[in-house]
Amino acid sequence: MSATGIGAAVRRKEDRRFITGTGHYTDDINRPGQAYAYFVRSPHAHATIKSIDTKAAAAMPGVLAVLTGAELAADKIGNLICGWMIHSKDGSPMKMAAHPALANGKACHVGDPVAVVIGETLAQARDAAEKVKIDYAVLPAVADPAAAQKPGAPQIHDIAPKNTIYQWSLGDAKAVDVAFKSANHVTKLDIINNRLVPNAIEPRAAIGEYDSGAGTFTLWNTTQNPHVARLVIAAFIGMAPEHKLRVIAPDVGGGFGSKIFIYPEEVVALWAAKRVGRPVKWVAERSEAFLADAHGRDHVTHAEMAFDAEGKILGLRAKTIANLGAYMSTFSSSVPTYLYATLLSGQYEIPQIYCEVDAVYTNTVPVDAYRGAGRPEATFVVERLVEVGAREMGQDPAELRRKNFVKKFPHQTPVIMMYDAGDYNASLKRAMELADYKGFARRKRESARQGKLRGIGFSTYIEACGIAPSQAVGSLGAGVGLWESAEVRVNPTGSVEILTGSHAHGQGHETTFAQVAAERLGIPIDNISVVHGDTDKVQFGMGTYGSRSGAVGMSALVKALDKIEAKAKKVAAHMLEAAEGDIEFKDGKFSVAGTDKSAAWGDVALNAYIAHKFSGQELEPGLKEGAFYDPTNFTFPAGCHICEVEVDPETGNADIVGWTAVDDFGVVINPMIVEGQVHGGIAQGIGQALCEGAVYDKDGQLVTGSFMDYCMPRADHLPPLKVDMTVTKCPSNPLGIKGCGEAGAIAAPAAVINAITDAIGTEQLAMPATPQAIWAALQKTNRMPQAA
Amino acid sequence: MAAQKGAQTATVSMTVNGKPVTGDIDPRTLLVQFLRENLRLTGTHVGCDTSQCGACVVHVNGKAIKSCTVLALQLEGADVLTIEGLAPPNGPLHPMQEAFRENHGLQCGFCTPGMIMTAVDMVRRKGHDLDDRTIREELEGNICRCTGYHNIVKAIAAGARAMRGSATTSKAAE
Amino acid sequence: MYAFTFHRPQTVRQAAGLLAKNGDAKLLAGGQTLLPTMKLRLAGPPQVIDMTLIEGLSGIEMSGRSLTIGAMTTHNDVNTSPVVQQAIPSLAKLAGMIGDPAVRHRGTIGGSIANNDPNADYPAACLGLGATIITNKRRIKADDFFTGMFSTALEPAEIITKVSFPIPKKAAYQKFRNQASRFALVGVFVSKRGSEIRVAVTGAGANGVFRVASFEEALKKRFAPKSLEGMSIPADGMNSDIHGSAEYRAHLVGVLARRAVAEAIGKSA
Repeated sequence: MSATGIGAAVRRKEDRRFITGTGHYTDDINRPGQAYAYFVRSPHAHATIKSIDTKAAAAMPGVLAVLTGAELAADKIGNLICGWMIHSKDGSPMKMAAHPALANGKACHVGDPVAVVIGETLAQARDAAEKVKIDYAVLPAVADPAAAQKPGAPQIHDIAPKNTIYQWSLGDAKAVDVAFKSANHVTKLDIINNRLVPNAIEPRAAIGEYDSGAGTFTLWNTTQNPHVARLVIAAFIGMAPEHKLRVIAPDVGGGFGSKIFIYPEEVVALWAAKRVGRPVKWVAERSEAFLADAHGRDHVTHAEMAFDAEGKILGLRAKTIANLGAYMSTFSSSVPTYLYATLLSGQYEIPQIYCEVDAVYTNTVPVDAYRGAGRPEATFVVERLVEVGAREMGQDPAELRRKNFVKKFPHQTPVIMMYDAGDYNASLKRAMELADYKGFARRKRESARQGKLRGIGFSTYIEACGIAPSQAVGSLGAGVGLWESAEVRVNPTGSVEILTGSHAHGQGHETTFAQVAAERLGIPIDNISVVHGDTDKVQFGMGTYGSRSGAVGMSALVKALDKIEAKAKKVAAHMLEAAEGDIEFKDGKFSVAGTDKSAAWGDVALNAYIAHKFSGQELEPGLKEGAFYDPTNFTFPAGCHICEVEVDPETGNADIVGWTAVDDFGVVINPMIVEGQVHGGIAQGIGQALCEGAVYDKDGQLVTGSFMDYCMPRADHLPPLKVDMTVTKCPSNPLGIKGCGEAGAIAAPAAVINAITDAIGTEQLAMPATPQAIWAALQKTNRMPQAA
Repeated sequence: MAAQKGAQTATVSMTVNGKPVTGDIDPRTLLVQFLRENLRLTGTHVGCDTSQCGACVVHVNGKAIKSCTVLALQLEGADVLTIEGLAPPNGPLHPMQEAFRENHGLQCGFCTPGMIMTAVDMVRRKGHDLDDRTIREELEGNICRCTGYHNIVKAIAAGARAMRGSATTSKAAE
Repeated sequence: MYAFTFHRPQTVRQAAGLLAKNGDAKLLAGGQTLLPTMKLRLAGPPQVIDMTLIEGLSGIEMSGRSLTIGAMTTHNDVNTSPVVQQAIPSLAKLAGMIGDPAVRHRGTIGGSIANNDPNADYPAACLGLGATIITNKRRIKADDFFTGMFSTALEPAEIITKVSFPIPKKAAYQKFRNQASRFALVGVFVSKRGSEIRVAVTGAGANGVFRVASFEEALKKRFAPKSLEGMSIPADGMNSDIHGSAEYRAHLVGVLARRAVAEAIGKSA
């Protein structure tokens, strides 16, 4: 391992601009003549828009335009779409309701954009927005997914009777019934996976610009996947042909899924820019983001697990209602189906699994992928069932897990996935050592002496990442392929530019992609630049989500580097007057096997471009190669997280006093960055378990509409985190990478709730386990600390 | 009086990163808007509208404040230090900046300027030997969504120690 | 925020004059509550009167047997003042629990008291210590000052200039935070000065800060946590929201009062 190659904890190349305040986030960019957009949003969860009077607003100082859904329709701007087709059990396609970028005739959630004011300044646009008169006829609303299908519930979209988008299932219901009939013990749980607001600290933003001479649009946008944004805005929204639209994702301040999707605001920014003939900027305020960014999770599930007399799992069944909100967001349909039910086997050999999922519309903000996306929900179901099952059967929770682990690979689960490699025992064993599991009883007694209840909880999770083989996802309904692209441009001076279709918004690609190339080419990492996030520079790419940039994006890079090496060897062969087959490449040097003849990397690069040593008929000049890599399988990161909590029985406050994570991400490019990804994921998972939760009232108003009411984890919510890794190489990609971006968020919630319920002695505890919720649960158990 | 509403502008002068600056501004201009829009110092960020996230923290007269929660007009004559002024341009980084890089105390970088300005102020008030508990409590007004705070806490402890050796660095920049 | 006219008076008299002339004007002290409210357009005062240039409104001094704090004194200054730390350490500690370090560098005691947020900390200290609020017109006892949620005895054009705290023999504040906002979900301030016992509660009451007579009676017999064993207050009249039901808040009042008394006498509860 070199100091900057694969496996080295290289300090990040991108950091200097961020720590000196010289990064370029979308809101840091200003275009000449720029105007500002302010959206008028529905204050009602469900209402018919009877009329919109824009006259008074249009007459306000500095107002350039006041636009509504009527103008949008007149300009034939298309609807937003959901790009993953799910079919119901009965074969019918999902019921995708029209989703115009500005509501036309009806508002379906609080925050639904109804009009937009374009002003010379933001303050003027906002002042004028208050003068837009909208006559609403308020309709009854439904926010609770469990209520959406009930008789008498308000009907949100005509296309979807009973607000039901699809009724989908996976697995063999009859075989599961048979398995349950032979069970010695059945554990049953009702689970609510709480709705979350992603809240990347950089709010979403967009600048639209139109060049009337060239007929081209440019969009600067906080997006995780600029090419997909361009494709959708061109092909479905119809804003401009794809080749006339450039999308730039500059520095992006966190995404966690919420910046994957194509939203109304960027569409409107582009459209308005053309209408007013000026660049138009929109930046979300935080309280606006709560109403405008896709939320995550929001499942209501009943789940059961059947065990035999020894504690071997015989089967699992689950029925889930998934809230997709008022409209189907870009990838929403896939989250509670193929990203959820396919992971219900966990790390275990479960012979039979059956899962039914009903997706419903409600009068709430659309719900889509948020860090983990489906897999945290699956892990929570499986890991709660196993933990509770162990407690009910009086077995050690670690032992019960070990007994049921998948031990032979590849392993075909009953729910599509083929696990390729792993060693679940190894991560469990290592985590138990690091967490000093043996010392827990002693620590529990010490806590009791301080009047505290101590608990410990496990989560041995698995996820499917490296998303994903295009053919496979195509057969499951995806509207796109999920390969990735890379291009390697070698300059005549030997420096290198890597263009990737992946997009970094905190993941450190400028460093890790350079590490892969530095190791391969034997050149200093400082001679390598990574280019991403601009559709004019990178030809195409699928973007960053689903922990895919390493497993898929870097695999594309490796493929491109293979081609670079092959071409460079041809150049070197001409320079060294040797047969191409005799050229060896190592540590940045081309040499002729068995001789002392060699050429340095820089010389070969130069010769590729000056082309003096070979004829253009034999060999093309230049050294630039591109590659598309389509994965052959998902990857399966897995591991064990152990949480230890101390509960104050008087206040219900739960302090996380210990966290141990042992993950298997396959080969790690930069352990420092990977650990950082784990830390961040755990914090979001702890947030879900302890304090985060989007709450709607019965009228569909978002009660938790700012950081004053929606609890973001702070530094003092979290303990120092013990993070370690075990490694089984991923066999399905050239670098052996599994992916690490979502593990923490997937693993953590179950570990926290397993620990708290262990401490307080009841399983009746929903997330978020706030002090009030824990105190209320304790009133039923009356458990007090036992020092004995 | 009402006729003046909105039309009124006022002049404000202050020192920002050692340079005197003046602006004619709408009275409702917040310091963060003055920095970002008038002075084009875009290193100071806005991450919320309830004065909680801390992405906008700068120093005013040597103390950390939230630049989203003060009017520029309130700071007539004040001495303001932003992330851009913490270290000389193209010069060596401030020890706290260096510590954030060395300890991977940032991911997306959006909260980072506020974190660093808060951290430098923390050292001024709490000294160079900062334990885990103190740092976590002191970060009450700074939210990070990426790092889980683990490496931020490490970075601040290391940066605080490093600032002991170079107390002049921060003074000079102020 | 809505447009406003900005005033910078140099004296309290000028500020009062501006207030008298403009009924809807707002005084801007540290601005840590007013400005966020204006940013969200929940408040839109047409006139904003900035107190920054008025001299003599900040400072901390011992005068006789009371501690006097100027209205524009920041939370940070109260928190770190050796005078406060010696005279009423619980007050210094309370100031250090408000908001966050950056907020404490701007937020002021006068602003906090005048706003009387039902979840703020200072009202508990004022009521729990029997403070006197001094204005440009008069002296108001804390017991008479806080008249309900966001409501005080202040008259139009009346401006807080100082707050005077008698020195207690023993005092402590216990705060249980709303996890999201970090305001007090419930905060209890207890003090003992001679035979006078005070227990003041913030965060819990639907009508703002209040005293708990039953707890004070019990503590008069013996100022110890045991005196409050098993005691709680009725849930009626408590705030109830997603962060805490009335029952939970009422329960916390008892828990925190016991802990505060324990802290005041230097024991763990």
